[in-house]
Amino acid sequence: MATVTVREALRDAMAEEMRKDEKVFLIGEEVAQYQGAYKVSQGLLDEFGDKRVIDTPITEHGFTGLAVGAAMGGLKPITEFMTFNFAMQAIDQIINSAAKTLYMSGGQVHCPIVFRGPNGAASRVAAQHSQCYASWYGHVPGLKVIAPWSAADAKGLLKAAIRDPNPVVFLENELLYGQSFEIPDDDDFVLEIGKAHVEREGSDVTIVAFSIMVGKALEAAEKLAEEGIEAEVINLRSIRPLDTKTIITSLKKTNRLVSVEEGWAFAGIGAELAAVVMEQGFDLLDAPLRRVSSVDAPLPYAANLEHAALPQTDHIVEAARDVCYARD
Amino acid sequence: MARAATKSKSSKSEIEEVEDDLLLDFYRQMLLVRRFEEKVGQMYGMGLIGGFCHLYIGQEAVVVGVNHALRKDDAIITSYRCHGHGLIRGVPPKAVMAELTGRAGGVSKGKGGSMHMFDLEKGFYGGHGIVGAQVPLGAGLAFSMKYNESDNVAVVFFGEGAANQGQVYETFNMASLWKLPVIFVVENNQYAMGTSIKRAKAGTELYQRGEAFGIPGQQVDGMDVEKVYAAAGEAVEHCRAGKGPILLETQTYRYRGHSMSDPAKYRSKDEVQKMRAEHDPIDHVRAKLTDRDIADDAKLKEIDKQVKTQIAEAAEFAQNSPEPKLEELMTDIYAEDVVIEPRPDDVEVHEKEAAGDHVPDGPKV
Ligand SMILES: Cc1ncc(C[n+]2csc(CCOP(=O)(O)OP(=O)(O)O)c2C)c(N)n1
Repeated sequence: MATVTVREALRDAMAEEMRKDEKVFLIGEEVAQYQGAYKVSQGLLDEFGDKRVIDTPITEHGFTGLAVGAAMGGLKPITEFMTFNFAMQAIDQIINSAAKTLYMSGGQVHCPIVFRGPNGAASRVAAQHSQCYASWYGHVPGLKVIAPWSAADAKGLLKAAIRDPNPVVFLENELLYGQSFEIPDDDDFVLEIGKAHVEREGSDVTIVAFSIMVGKALEAAEKLAEEGIEAEVINLRSIRPLDTKTIITSLKKTNRLVSVEEGWAFAGIGAELAAVVMEQGFDLLDAPLRRVSSVDAPLPYAANLEHAALPQTDHIVEAARDVCYARD
Repeated sequence: MARAATKSKSSKSEIEEVEDDLLLDFYRQMLLVRRFEEKVGQMYGMGLIGGFCHLYIGQEAVVVGVNHALRKDDAIITSYRCHGHGLIRGVPPKAVMAELTGRAGGVSKGKGGSMHMFDLEKGFYGGHGIVGAQVPLGAGLAFSMKYNESDNVAVVFFGEGAANQGQVYETFNMASLWKLPVIFVVENNQYAMGTSIKRAKAGTELYQRGEAFGIPGQQVDGMDVEKVYAAAGEAVEHCRAGKGPILLETQTYRYRGHSMSDPAKYRSKDEVQKMRAEHDPIDHVRAKLTDRDIADDAKLKEIDKQVKTQIAEAAEFAQNSPEPKLEELMTDIYAEDVVIEPRPDDVEVHEKEAAGDHVPDGPKV
């Protein structure tokens, strides 16, 4: 085991895959000379040169379309968005071109591409720079959507995403970049896309979370344990395909479920989990599912308001108590 | 240094005449597209073809002239108005027609329809329904060619309406910056649905719109296949020589409505009639063929007959080819078989028995 940050894990994943496969290249704003707006691509230009680590002008719609075209032409682009907020300029190319062309062409036109970058709220950057796109992309057949939490998730899943023959949306989180985790010391460490991971076992309530919320869910589980409630924490890792099996298996044990996401609740991942549980595990439920999410407002700048808007550990604790009918 | 944008007068097209056989090929191909599209119009009227359907009638010289300047291993990409592009790249008429009728024998297995035809073996990358989206995609194809150090070129066709999309200029900038081997062909057919170019374009001519990015441009008579061929030849040479992108504005005209549901009330019948009478690309070549004694009436009739037979066969095939199997509904979504979540009505409620054993309980603590 080695201790690495999420940032390093992402860089190592790209470097290892670029060493293995000439067709893999990185393209985006400030990815080369500046070493990445968040320094994720540190050292890649030095090692791979400007043919394979490409700075673009500020032109999301254009460079995304170009990268999708390059993938259709047989290359394997890793497209970095400085943040996923800016990918809204390019979402047409991600959905209409990358996700749908294989189908529309009757299986002829493949699009092996990764769209990656930070997603969700950072710190005090206000409404336009703080949004979670998990449910947006999770909605679309033809895309795979990944939201890693730990460094191991980041490395194993990014490598899997680069090797995947489909378009993959890879939602990182800026606040996690600097966090350190233990990770297997193996340059062929790959995780399977579409498999959730049970981060903590428990018998009383299942907490399902992804990305930065996994950490909060684990904190909440610690607090709950002090009260005698044993929470099982599931790290989704993949949004699409969604590992419903792991969720239902856990529900069989706990009969109670709390979903946690940083995005808005309306038509969000929690809503999807609620539907899955209703359709596939209705009789397993001892209590209605509870969703923990952002409040239904754009993210404010003021520190106190921002804190109040985002899901916090205590919200998760409360929701878990609620479904266990253990409110005081 | 980029060349300044030029009008077609300076192109060698006016000096050189193409060889006899080539002229015959042009004629045959343009006629194929024309008759094919006429048949599509008929079949649409009979309810055999559905959805949005855009005919290419009037614009045949553009794709025929450009494609003749290309090699088989080059690539083209275009909009939804793509039947002619597929045919001229060499997709069998049967496969195009069966795509239109939504049958298993269609070039996209019946899953794309009129607007989404693709044939990678023929270097034909579609068939795209979002106005302007094919422009960066085409530049991406050129990017992959350059990355792979091949000497191929990619051609992007788009309408004068699409020329107002922002992503076109984002693409011009990158294509020029990175010297991508891409030819931008504007098919200026004067109308974007009901909006004439006069009502949609400010500033310079379209062929000059690359100048700010250092992309040389040329305006060509898109109703004259020889001129298109000559200009495309120069453009291909420019790209293969590694000089970066180039822009051709072909001035052309669509005779039919924008799509099958458009009665085209935004222009006069006279305007269309005048174009057909004075500038028809097929009439023009036919006259040349007889003037230059390349083909007599009998020869032309024979070509006519061959084309008709080809299209009759295509129409027949397109009606007899079976509909896609229902299994096709859920294939080609991912490159490999991914387990896809069933729809609610397909769900067998998971292991009822397990749930049955479970007696709901009260508070956990
Ligand atoms: C982004 C987008 N906006 C609007 C449309 C609807 N639409 C389809 S074709 C068209 C006109 C395009 O005209 P032009 O680019 O000149 O091409 P032409 O149809 O003349 O070949 C419009 C507005 C669309 N498909 N995509």
